[in-house]
Amino acid sequence: MLWLLGRVGGVALLAACLMGISVWLTNNIETYYFLVLIQCGIAAVLAVSLNLINGITGQFSIGHAGFYAVGAYVGASWTMLWRPQLADNWPWLATGNLSGDILNLLIALVLGSLAAALTGVVVGTPSLRLRGDYLAILTLGFGEVIRVVLLNIDAVGGARGLAGIPTLVSSGNLAAFWVFGLLIAVTTLTRNLMRSTRGLTWLAVREDEVASDAMGVDTTRVKVTAFVVGSGFAGAAGVLYAHFFTGISPDIFGMDVSIMITTMVVLAGTGSVTGAIIAGMTLTALPEALRFLKDYKEYRMVLFSTALIVMMLTRPQGILGHAELGFGSFVRLANRFRRKERGSAA
Amino acid sequence: MQSFLQQAVFGIQLGSLYALIAIGYTLVYGVLRLINFAHGDVFMVGAFVCYYACTRWLPFRDLSADPSAATSNIALAALVLVMAMCVCAALGVLIERFAYRPLRNGLGVADAHFWGLVAALPFALSMGKLTQVVPLAAWLAIGVIFGYTLRPVVRWIARRSVRTTSRLNALITAIGVSFVLEYGGLLVVGADPNFVPNVVPEKVYQLPGGVRIGTAQLAILAVALLLMAILRYIVVYTRRGKAMRAIAHDIEAAKLMGIDTDRVISFTFALGGALAGAGGALVAALTHVKITPLFGLLPGIKAFVAAVLGGPGSIPGAVLGGLLMGVAEAFVAGSQYSAFRDAIAFCILIVLLLVRPAGLLGRHVAEKV
Repeated sequence: MLWLLGRVGGVALLAACLMGISVWLTNNIETYYFLVLIQCGIAAVLAVSLNLINGITGQFSIGHAGFYAVGAYVGASWTMLWRPQLADNWPWLATGNLSGDILNLLIALVLGSLAAALTGVVVGTPSLRLRGDYLAILTLGFGEVIRVVLLNIDAVGGARGLAGIPTLVSSGNLAAFWVFGLLIAVTTLTRNLMRSTRGLTWLAVREDEVASDAMGVDTTRVKVTAFVVGSGFAGAAGVLYAHFFTGISPDIFGMDVSIMITTMVVLAGTGSVTGAIIAGMTLTALPEALRFLKDYKEYRMVLFSTALIVMMLTRPQGILGHAELGFGSFVRLANRFRRKERGSAA
Repeated sequence: MQSFLQQAVFGIQLGSLYALIAIGYTLVYGVLRLINFAHGDVFMVGAFVCYYACTRWLPFRDLSADPSAATSNIALAALVLVMAMCVCAALGVLIERFAYRPLRNGLGVADAHFWGLVAALPFALSMGKLTQVVPLAAWLAIGVIFGYTLRPVVRWIARRSVRTTSRLNALITAIGVSFVLEYGGLLVVGADPNFVPNVVPEKVYQLPGGVRIGTAQLAILAVALLLMAILRYIVVYTRRGKAMRAIAHDIEAAKLMGIDTDRVISFTFALGGALAGAGGALVAALTHVKITPLFGLLPGIKAFVAAVLGGPGSIPGAVLGGLLMGVAEAFVAGSQYSAFRDAIAFCILIVLLLVRPAGLLGRHVAEKV
């Protein structure tokens, strides 16, 4: 009992700290840097969620933007289309005050991630029977089908998309809290998973699918579960995106976004959670540093794809491989240097 | 009935173009078991060669002002087709040499410098055009510096790693090449849509049954059929073609039999590139679509679907798959669901991969453990 209390208390303490930091950040950072920070956080969530599928379970999905889009659209539909109808009967669903905003954002998050997870079931169940490059192309195709379907639903604006979504995320200066809270949640889930029995079956599927099948692991079930969980988190990231940047359209969930998320996971090392976070943030923030170049957006894509090619040609497992970056690795690095110095002195 | 036939004609025209691109996918898949994701962008380059040839490089005369220019324009158009094929064949060989061969043999000095130059290109382009001295010098200088630093850096990063090659790495490399071509193209020519002007006279014939067919459609069909016939001749009746088939069957055994596999693989990429270039030139000149550096992506993916539909590795399969895809798309485009014409390819792919993963004419190979 005491254990549970400690856990809940710890989470509450963490949340309170994060809220405090978030409010402080909003008031003390320039708006431009704050926007970049939020984008970095969302990209990191996407990278970690795809890492669940591509890194931990060893599948190769390159259509992640589709689930991101489903989350964003369903979340925005709740706030803009469904909520106003219900708010007539239930006044506590009104937005504009802090508690109402938080409540609505939570509902949007739940709906958005559930919808994305459900799409994950629909996409994953048939396609995960395939392997390798076929699976890759199929997920890319599904991502594109999702985009085309969204493009043709008039209720959500078709090609124009939805604009003027209420900024529920920024309400009460809590934007950084939501985004980085989600990031911490995904990361913790992944970490705990990799230490659990269930997570071991996921890793087993990555290492050798045929062998783990022979050892009694239900490989299809594992793969679909990973796919669904990853999609759900991408959907949650989509909800946050929609309620922070206020406008969404099918264009911003195109194939290039999918490839960008894949690049983050592949460059850092498929399977490394810390790597995915760092790569997600770097690849989002770096182009902002390249603004001095004309056409920096194209430049970014050329540079990143060249980096991707060179990485594949020299170190296919990515910079970190399966390794994680933590305090331990710094200690090891420092020890190595110290040993070297001692060696040269003697 | 009339509109049905009309859509069928349109579908066959579209399908023969998809077939031309799909053959390139299937050839490469046959010899390397690699999805050459950049193939759609080679097609795009073919379209751009056609655009520049028609508007700047070649002396085309304005048809509306001078109807007698038709003959010379048609001769020049044939030259454009050959130019596009040559450029794209060279591009295919280049991609193979610098992106896919290092996957098999490791990253050499030349490869490092090549990718250094690619990475330096945008820096130079932000200074001005490459025809000026300063940006050109900057490009070469930065590129060589990148090239020299690239190898030590990646070697340091990769110092303790064992080189593993999997088909997924090859696919990621191919996606990277595709993006370099697309966004490099955006840097070089810009994002404005371009249209190829009308350079050859167009006539529409009435067929019995009320079907109308234009010279453009006939020309596309004729060129596609001719190129496929030539390809079939090369693959079935020449020594090179025999070597290609041997490599597709078993690359290690082919090496032991004294076949210079690298060279034959280069040749395969040249063949595929030439066909894609021809497809790009035909599309750009005869259907007047708007061409941008990103427009190769969707036809490329559809042609890939066509190749999978027919069974990857099988050339008749690619032609059959291309025609089926084209007809299916034409019927969707002509129906009330025309907004979904781009999604039909993926719907077909999804159903097919679930029902018959080896494709219509492909052989199913059991996995060895």
